[in-house]
Amino acid sequence: MTHSSHCHEPGQGADVEHKGRVQNIRLTITGASCGGCVGKIEKALQAVEGVEAATFKLAEREAVVHGQVEAAALIEAVEAAGYGASEITDDAQAESDKTPVAPCHGAPGTEKQAPRAATGNPIHLAVTGASCASCVSKIEKALQAVEGVEAATFNLADREAVVRGQVDAAALIKSVEAAGYGASEITDEEQSSDEKEKAEEAYYRKLLREMTIALALGVPLMAYGLLGGEMNVVTTGERLVWLVVGLVTLGVMVFAGSHFYIGAWKSFKAHSANMDTLIALGTGTAWLYSMVVVIAPGIVPELARHVYFEATAMIIGLIDLGLALEIRARGRTSQAIKRLLGLRAKTARVVRDGREQDIPIESVQIDDIVRVRPGEKIAVDGVVTEGHTSIDESMLTGEPMPVEKDAGDEVVGGTLNKSGSILYRATRVGKETALAQIIAMVKQAQNSRPPIGRLADTIASVFVPVVMIISVLAALCWYNFGPVPQVAYMLVTATTVLIIACPCALGLATPMSVMVGVGKAAEAGVLIRNGQALQQASKLNIMVLDKTGTITAGHPEVTEVITRNGFDESELLQLAASLEAGSEHPLAQAIVESAQARELDLGSLEGFKAIAGHGVEGSVKGRALLFGNHKLMKDRGIDLGDLQAKAQELAAQARTPMYLAVDNQAAGIIAVADPIKEDSVAAIRRMQKLGLEVVMITGDNEATAKAVAEKVGIKHYFAEVLPDDKQNKVAELQQQGKLVGMTGDGINDAPALAQADVGFAIGTGTDVAIESADVTLMRGSLHGIADAIAISKATLRNIKQNLFGAFVYNTLGIPFAAGVLYPFVGILLNPVIAGAAMAFSSVTVVTNANRLRLFKPSEASA
Amino acid sequence: MSILVNLIGLALIAAIVWWFWLYQPKASAQSKSGAVAITVDDGVYSPSRVSVKPNEPVVLRFLRKDPSPCAAMVIFDDLDISEELPVGKPKEISLKVDKPGTYAFTCQMKMYRGELVVENE
Repeated sequence: MTHSSHCHEPGQGADVEHKGRVQNIRLTITGASCGGCVGKIEKALQAVEGVEAATFKLAEREAVVHGQVEAAALIEAVEAAGYGASEITDDAQAESDKTPVAPCHGAPGTEKQAPRAATGNPIHLAVTGASCASCVSKIEKALQAVEGVEAATFNLADREAVVRGQVDAAALIKSVEAAGYGASEITDEEQSSDEKEKAEEAYYRKLLREMTIALALGVPLMAYGLLGGEMNVVTTGERLVWLVVGLVTLGVMVFAGSHFYIGAWKSFKAHSANMDTLIALGTGTAWLYSMVVVIAPGIVPELARHVYFEATAMIIGLIDLGLALEIRARGRTSQAIKRLLGLRAKTARVVRDGREQDIPIESVQIDDIVRVRPGEKIAVDGVVTEGHTSIDESMLTGEPMPVEKDAGDEVVGGTLNKSGSILYRATRVGKETALAQIIAMVKQAQNSRPPIGRLADTIASVFVPVVMIISVLAALCWYNFGPVPQVAYMLVTATTVLIIACPCALGLATPMSVMVGVGKAAEAGVLIRNGQALQQASKLNIMVLDKTGTITAGHPEVTEVITRNGFDESELLQLAASLEAGSEHPLAQAIVESAQARELDLGSLEGFKAIAGHGVEGSVKGRALLFGNHKLMKDRGIDLGDLQAKAQELAAQARTPMYLAVDNQAAGIIAVADPIKEDSVAAIRRMQKLGLEVVMITGDNEATAKAVAEKVGIKHYFAEVLPDDKQNKVAELQQQGKLVGMTGDGINDAPALAQADVGFAIGTGTDVAIESADVTLMRGSLHGIADAIAISKATLRNIKQNLFGAFVYNTLGIPFAAGVLYPFVGILLNPVIAGAAMAFSSVTVVTNANRLRLFKPSEASA
Repeated sequence: MSILVNLIGLALIAAIVWWFWLYQPKASAQSKSGAVAITVDDGVYSPSRVSVKPNEPVVLRFLRKDPSPCAAMVIFDDLDISEELPVGKPKEISLKVDKPGTYAFTCQMKMYRGELVVENE
């Protein structure tokens, strides 16, 4: 947002009412999902009295309205058209709105510095223990008493205090605690990743310590048993010794396994059951039984007077070990995010008051001028204002070649400045930067789940009670049909069933692989929106590629100008460029650029009208112009003469010929060609190797389409497709029962992307949040699509392996533990082995997911 | 004796079915105007049932005390929300649900479980 937009129009007094002012109003529009909505919304806005111009961008869901009008009237109009709208205001705007006279030509940014100097970033605290209104003033006083605090408010309803000033959170927390309440800082999780690591490390150490305690008892006891030591309790002496061992085991349970028992009890009270429940029940039962044998052997049959203290200690130790290993393995699954977080710069060198100063990145404001030297990171997103350099953007886009930047080019925070020193103006800071958005999107996607995980989720949610029931049933079977001493067999089987069952492996199977897969994709510059997109992408049959900007570079150039009926080349270009000057279409821009390169003056345009998909008309210097394709000329009855043959010739060379008619007379052809991207051919071949049928779609004429398709090795293509029709073509393919992917630019192709089973948007490096797309490519190369498909296939394969492993483990392990094999081969599973199996089953799942990190979606394999 | 043991076993199964599946909790935390604080510790969200009114913005403030990775995430499957919970620091999730119904929130492995009840007006 520029400052001049809030300025008063010349001639208006400072006391003009807010309502009567010409201003820009920004609206967020909801409910608009297709290209057709754009026209509707713009029309609705333009119909409001006082509106001079209204544009709506689908990709950003944002409408900008210029005119003498109130936001409320605009919102009403949009709502009447069937959409939702709300005004976007920001502090900067509110600030300048309050200023009675904003100097239009004065230095922008001067009035913005005031609020920055006044306060730092506010600190948010969650306060506990405050229950009454009188606490509010106590807490506020306690906060205000801390040195450096400028303002502190506490909201009882959400138990949140907001503090402004130069102060650190620890001092505030101390002060609140001194006042008798509890407090903790509410921060963005991005900021707490270090702390997260510390907490994880502490937990890891705790688990290892507990494991050591448990195994220190369990291993000698088990070795004693295995070496033929007497585990049956017969004499009084033995009873005494075992009583001591039993009490030591209780100590182990308290010091090394208390979290299992507390967790089990708390969740039991809440009518839920989890892994803790199984472990607590299993180890607890074994210990209780053994204690009964020791204290009151009389009530247990003589043959069954066996103690299982070693099982209790070993199982606790092994499961602690398993959890510790799992934490380590899990840490690696989030490496991609850590790498992205590591890309953020900490400080920026900002030019203020003519001096360069290093300031924390959080304090950089929009419109600040930032200096970057060679070898330094770009701090925030911006536009180069001075200097020339090349920048390594590979960490974000996966594009290995450094990109040249001149004044006016965009730079992206987190990328690396290689060669030159530049100055740039910050355009996006904080959470708005491309990097921050990428991180947020990757995190969101990593935590979402593909439909393939649903079944496992359903099973996991009823798993524990089911296992408890199986355990009781197994015990009953052994009681009714088992050999003597039944009670010992009942105990062993029931305990073993409880211990071997592992809901974790089931629950972890999908999320761990998704985590690694989505992260892997992000490393290749491919942002996958969610788990569903990941799964769908792996199953696609057809990939539809838009030609312009996808297969081709999207920067067409004028290659030929052919004139007829006495026009010369410059005149033709001048007229066409005047007609197209306002258009954003790439072909139009090519013509305008070409005219500018020849230093032709553009005439003023009247009565401009776009004929969708066919061309444009209007009049320049009183001459009626018609510019477009063959169909347009035919419809208007223009005699093309031999131009048609020329056009076909050009089209066969992959050029796009456009006819210009002046005053209903053919004036000539301007041919534009859009060069095919260097790696498109190789990338398309990779897609075909991955089993996709690749289809091209374009608004270009048949001959051009054919020429391009042949060059890149595509058999099927749709030519002369109107923009609004792309969506229908995708739908047609879907009706054939195929899963269809669509690749396009995310703005013009938004409806088609939304229609496709998976929409791939080719980004320009900074457009991260392309809403219509399921997958966004950070770089222009089609290799990103092939990478996305390859990674999604590898991830789905990995998920299936994990799910298969977890299912097989549980469906074989539980019956085995229940003693199904005993009648046939006389084998019964030892509870300690069950504990080991269970502890390592979840580690295995996480480790297998980590294998995905090694997967290389290699471009060389093409 | 043997009949008694079998009956005890069957009763145990019935108790498991009732306690974990059939029991319908009544008590639930109400959201008034502000945030609902939910502690994540020892395998349970407490409170594990939060009722809210449809179309009313509500803030759930999760405070995770359990350092085990099981508690690391809270997921509202039906609402497309999944958030990482830092240990020992509150994490706020703002919601506004328009359709009445019961929405489960869980950890990644469905071991931590809670319900967000959107009441009929």
